[in-house]
Amino acid sequence: MLKSLTRLQRYYLYYTGCFLAFIGALAILEQHGMPPRWIGYSFLFFTISMYALIGIVSRTSDVSEYYVAGRKIPAFFNGMATGADWMSAASFIGMAGTLYLSGFQGLAYVIGWTGGFVLVALLLAPYLRRFGQYTIPDFLGARYGGNAIRLVAVAAAILASFVYVVAQIYGVGVITSRFVSLQFEIGVFVGLAGILVCSFLGGMKAVTWTQVAQYLILIVAYVTPVAILSYNVTGNPIPQLVYGQVLQQVTELENRLFDTPAEIEVRQLFRERADLYAQKIMQLPHSLIHEREQLSTEINRLKASDAQMKEIVALERHRRDLPHDPDQAKTRWESAMFSAADRSKQPIHHAEAFPGETAEEQNIQRINFLALVFCLTVGTAALPHILTRYYTTPSVREARESVFWSLLFILLLYITAPAYAVFAKYEVLSHLAEIPIAKLPGWVAAWAKVGLVSIEDINGDGILQLAELSLNPDVIVLATPEIAGMPYVVSGLVAAGGLAAALSTADGLLLTITSALSHDVYYRIIRPDASTQFRLVISKSMLLVVAVLAATVAAQKPGTILSMVAWAFSIAGSAFFPALVLGIFWERATRQGALAGMIVGVLLSIYYIVRVEFDTIPWLGISGLHMEPWLHIQATSSGFFGVLAGFATIILVSLVTKPEPGAISFLKGIRFRNEASS
Amino acid sequence: MMAKADAYWRRTKRLTFTLLLCWICLTFGVTWFSREVNEMVFLGFPLGFYMAAQGSLVIFLLIIWWYNRRMRKIDAEFGVDED
Repeated sequence: MLKSLTRLQRYYLYYTGCFLAFIGALAILEQHGMPPRWIGYSFLFFTISMYALIGIVSRTSDVSEYYVAGRKIPAFFNGMATGADWMSAASFIGMAGTLYLSGFQGLAYVIGWTGGFVLVALLLAPYLRRFGQYTIPDFLGARYGGNAIRLVAVAAAILASFVYVVAQIYGVGVITSRFVSLQFEIGVFVGLAGILVCSFLGGMKAVTWTQVAQYLILIVAYVTPVAILSYNVTGNPIPQLVYGQVLQQVTELENRLFDTPAEIEVRQLFRERADLYAQKIMQLPHSLIHEREQLSTEINRLKASDAQMKEIVALERHRRDLPHDPDQAKTRWESAMFSAADRSKQPIHHAEAFPGETAEEQNIQRINFLALVFCLTVGTAALPHILTRYYTTPSVREARESVFWSLLFILLLYITAPAYAVFAKYEVLSHLAEIPIAKLPGWVAAWAKVGLVSIEDINGDGILQLAELSLNPDVIVLATPEIAGMPYVVSGLVAAGGLAAALSTADGLLLTITSALSHDVYYRIIRPDASTQFRLVISKSMLLVVAVLAATVAAQKPGTILSMVAWAFSIAGSAFFPALVLGIFWERATRQGALAGMIVGVLLSIYYIVRVEFDTIPWLGISGLHMEPWLHIQATSSGFFGVLAGFATIILVSLVTKPEPGAISFLKGIRFRNEASS
Repeated sequence: MMAKADAYWRRTKRLTFTLLLCWICLTFGVTWFSREVNEMVFLGFPLGFYMAAQGSLVIFLLIIWWYNRRMRKIDAEFGVDED
């Protein structure tokens, strides 16, 4: 059996065995009293040194190996590497949580992020491979000619990738600070080290082989806890098969719990609180002065009477904590109002598609669901760090096959995520709701301490109502091992998996940015006569600069960064997808058309995001920006308009400009060519 | 040579657009009716939920598998064998 495998497959089999043995050893050590913190350190140290080992073994000084792994990656392994490249910290940690919070609506991510690979397989991968250069700007530059389009492509690639890479490094910081209790900033630089050991010496070649190793870790880490939980709840360890029944129980519990008198009362109380904040915000600055005066009179009254000192101190602290000025009051009260309003909403049934009270609301949900699916599929098929992976296979046929493997390996995680969400919901509905707050399971208190779970007994009955509980999406995956009562080693495994997911995606992104700068800008535009050795020096120094820059930005803890990642899909989709697809399938597409289409697409996407999402931009002194969304579509799906506008612009402009003279022969080359002659 | 290249491209294009149409019908068509489809039950799941969480994903995989299989045949027919 072992003989029938290739040498590489055997290596990775040994590696997986080694990793499982390592987990087993740690589990035994834990039983003998190894403290959790040391288990965390062991995972961190073991996995990163594995990646470093692979990174050093795969070091290279060959340009082709540095950019496209020498085009020697077999389809199967390229699929695995793409899987790791694709699944980010957000997929690993955040997605199950999003599915928990939004039920059916969250499945847009599952469909969108997998469906995109059909577009990659049918429309892009074979042609990119047959073209056989190094980057996506290379392809656009060759198809349409000229440096302008190359520069626009470089700018869009960097715009979409940089935010994304910062989010990955941020994710590393979060994971290390939670599981190994490193300081966040130190965690960020551990992440930086983890990324550099993979990519610096060996470029794409080393990144590919570490990504394969990272995929194996992340998939084991993702599936294990939910399989054990599934076995505990249903007696069947394959969660994907049995969570349908659990979902039915969830629906029954929802029907029973959602409209009990206590739940209705709690939601009413939250609604009143939201209204109160709304009123206070309306009456600013008067309401703030009034509140401070009221507290002062109360304090004076207590001081005059013989009240307890403790009460007075508490009130004085309360007065000190009041917002200092109306602006601060406005932001603080607004967020309090939104969170109260959120809790006062009628909860949604997990399995219900496009939930809404009226037919119109349901329709809005439906449109948004489909628009999001559209953006995510098109964005998936346009993210440069994914598309470059299909340059690395030995042949066109293997490129096609590797898309199949990519999707298969990605499916394993994406089919599991909804199961996570349903099991977690079952746990919450059956073991937390209607339970006295003092008797809640231990994991609730543990995660409340780090602020990922919050409970507020607003009606003061000492019993938990669903509306009184709010969960941060990250907690679903992170807390599942504890929910299922597993030893700490499983939590350590989950942390190692999240780390692998973040590092592998960061590697791929970093390499994309680096090659856009060093290959497309420096070599193709500034100095086409640079020697290969010097090109490598430039690449490596760019890599270092970009990596340090990304880590520095991540260390500032930019809170908005996570929401910005979702925009990367719209931006990448509207910049690249129309130009690439029309470039391959339509001879008449011209340089002017593509340039105009890319610029219009990206600008429209950004314009839509800015106008729907923001009202004021303080540092530009602009206010009153906000506009009503078109067709009720949310800012996250701005690419819906960007991509359509991109297609329309390319077609219109191409038809009024002269046909591209080089297009026919270029297309002949990528549509039909005997590999042997290339 | 020219005619051969054209014929190859015509075949590729037809296969690509047929499968693309299937993909669009599944991704946007079936999903549009999720609410209605949810009334049916499959393996204990409401069918609309099942399709979005698992069914569509497996069909995506099948589409790619079928494309690769057909393309291998077309390649062989036109002598675009690579090894």
